[in-house]
Amino acid sequence: MPQTAIQYGILAEFDSTAAALHAAEKVRDAGFRRWDVFTPFPVHGMDRAMGLKNSKVGWFSFLGGVTGYTSGMLMIWYMNAFDYAIPVGGKPMFSPFYAFPPSYELTILLGSFGAILGMLFLNRLPRLHHPLLKHRRFARVTHDGFFIVIEASDPKYSEVDARKLLESAGGRHVEVVEE
Amino acid sequence: MADTAYTGPSAVKLAEPPAELAREPLVLNQRSPGWLSDTVAGVVEAKTPLWWWISFGISFPTMIMCFSLIAYLIGTGVGVWGNMHPVMWAWDITNFVWWIGIGHAGTLISAILFLLRQRWRTSINRAAEAMTIFAVMCAGIYPLIHIGRVWYGWWLLPLPNANSIWPQFRSPLMWDVFAVSTYFTVSVLFWYVGLIPDLAVMRDRAKTQIRKFLYGLFALGWTGSNRHWSNYEKAYLILAGLSTPLVLSVHSIVSLDFSVSQLPGWHTTIFPPYFVAGAIFSGFGMVLTLLLPLRKVCKLEEVITMRHIDLMCKVTLATGSIVGYAYGMEFFIAWYSGNPYERFTFLNRAFGPYWWAYWTMISCNVFIPQLFWFKAIRTNLVIVFILSILVNIGMWFERFVIIATSLTREFLPSNWGMYHPTWVDILTYVGTFGLFCTFFLLFLRFLPMIAVSEVKGVTPQADPHHPLGGAREGGHH
Repeated sequence: MPQTAIQYGILAEFDSTAAALHAAEKVRDAGFRRWDVFTPFPVHGMDRAMGLKNSKVGWFSFLGGVTGYTSGMLMIWYMNAFDYAIPVGGKPMFSPFYAFPPSYELTILLGSFGAILGMLFLNRLPRLHHPLLKHRRFARVTHDGFFIVIEASDPKYSEVDARKLLESAGGRHVEVVEE
Repeated sequence: MADTAYTGPSAVKLAEPPAELAREPLVLNQRSPGWLSDTVAGVVEAKTPLWWWISFGISFPTMIMCFSLIAYLIGTGVGVWGNMHPVMWAWDITNFVWWIGIGHAGTLISAILFLLRQRWRTSINRAAEAMTIFAVMCAGIYPLIHIGRVWYGWWLLPLPNANSIWPQFRSPLMWDVFAVSTYFTVSVLFWYVGLIPDLAVMRDRAKTQIRKFLYGLFALGWTGSNRHWSNYEKAYLILAGLSTPLVLSVHSIVSLDFSVSQLPGWHTTIFPPYFVAGAIFSGFGMVLTLLLPLRKVCKLEEVITMRHIDLMCKVTLATGSIVGYAYGMEFFIAWYSGNPYERFTFLNRAFGPYWWAYWTMISCNVFIPQLFWFKAIRTNLVIVFILSILVNIGMWFERFVIIATSLTREFLPSNWGMYHPTWVDILTYVGTFGLFCTFFLLFLRFLPMIAVSEVKGVTPQADPHHPLGGAREGGHH
């Protein structure tokens, strides 16, 4: 059903990291919003070439860490000083010093969960289906391929202009990917 | 930046750096990213080799023996072990501390070396992290089974017991529960996050439907999008930043199990840093023991190069020397403190009934690693392999010397005694090797043992400003 198929975007392949990097700079300067570079490994400098801002994952991790530390301290105070106080060796019922090691570990535990879940949330993963993953040439992205995709949902998108831009940037095998 | 269409360089002439600045490359022979995928994934995709079946054929029954002996212990009681007054902590806690220490090299390689921008870590971090996880699993068994009435193990969790009494957090043993369980969880998370792009590599290469489905499921739909990489790299950096204080705290807290007590030989402030150094020392020993044969049988000599081995030997040398310093300092403080009990404990360690354990420890941990000063030793793989095993023998004896010999001679001579392991002690310990090796072999069989995407990222081809990465000659650097 090629007539009724919805376009996902237009895909171009590049030979090297440098070629993909320079092409990304051109796509960025052309003012596209919904587009992406696909590489087998993170390429140094690509975030700047794409005009990406600093990732927000840190905030999720910070939130997790604060939650971990606070809940550790509160938990130990509640258990050992409030709900059922047990005197042990004349030590104080609650002291931040003895409560520190478990709270410290909980900071790290929940901070790590924050980082990972934040990363997955920001990336909208896990995702069991993606139009690109059906594309036969795109499978090389995890091997040694470098790709740029401009999505059809971009407000500036037109198949002709996008194709022209990617070809002039050095893209090979420029072709439309269907949803 | 050139504006014309890109044409790949047909031949690249690299400007040779001066000989004294040249570094050995991390991947030999300028291999391409595709070659790395083929080689590393090839290990998993090839027909199961004979050495794998032989190793599995040994380790799997050994693991079953471990579980059977644990069942015997639980069914009969801790009396089947040699633990007896005054040595109530013996091989169980020795093995716990030893195994958990081995795990530390994995986290050091994956987290601390990452923060220090040591790019050579990429070839070894995956296998080392797997080692961490399986070593912590072996370690985690012991605290659970040594409590005697295993069905009360849940008392370690922050839950009220039948009398509504909560666990008592003034005890370092409770800190230990949090430290070890956090360590295990975060190690698994870190390992899995590193695996996601490589699981996508495996998914895209899979030939059968079932492989494609399973690798695809765990790859979470990874596409290699740079918007994803950006968040991914930040998350990885944060995890490394969190794992670093974690790994330093875990063995510190394990050491507090001892140093918070009043026992001479345990009650010392040097324990936390000294335990951490020893842990990294033994962990690097284990990484070398595992990777030296593996790079050979899996034909990965171009990825795990002589430079990697050389650097690991140097870390072993450095941490071994720190451990040696700590032994010396313990002795000095035992004398300088003027505490007769402390002084007696240390003289008893070196010249008492367990002198042989003490001197095994000193030889393996202090003297033998000094051989790594010599380049001829570091480049002789057979000797490095033997030394790496001796390191772990030495570290096991260190744990034994600290735990058991301190307990045999405490304050009251009427409280003195000796410790003798039973066959159950010995075979359970042997069994944990079966558990470790079984899991490690399964890991080798089903997951890429080298972090493919990370190694690709440190090759010159990955650098857009390097001629091999496609930058034109004379381009800016």
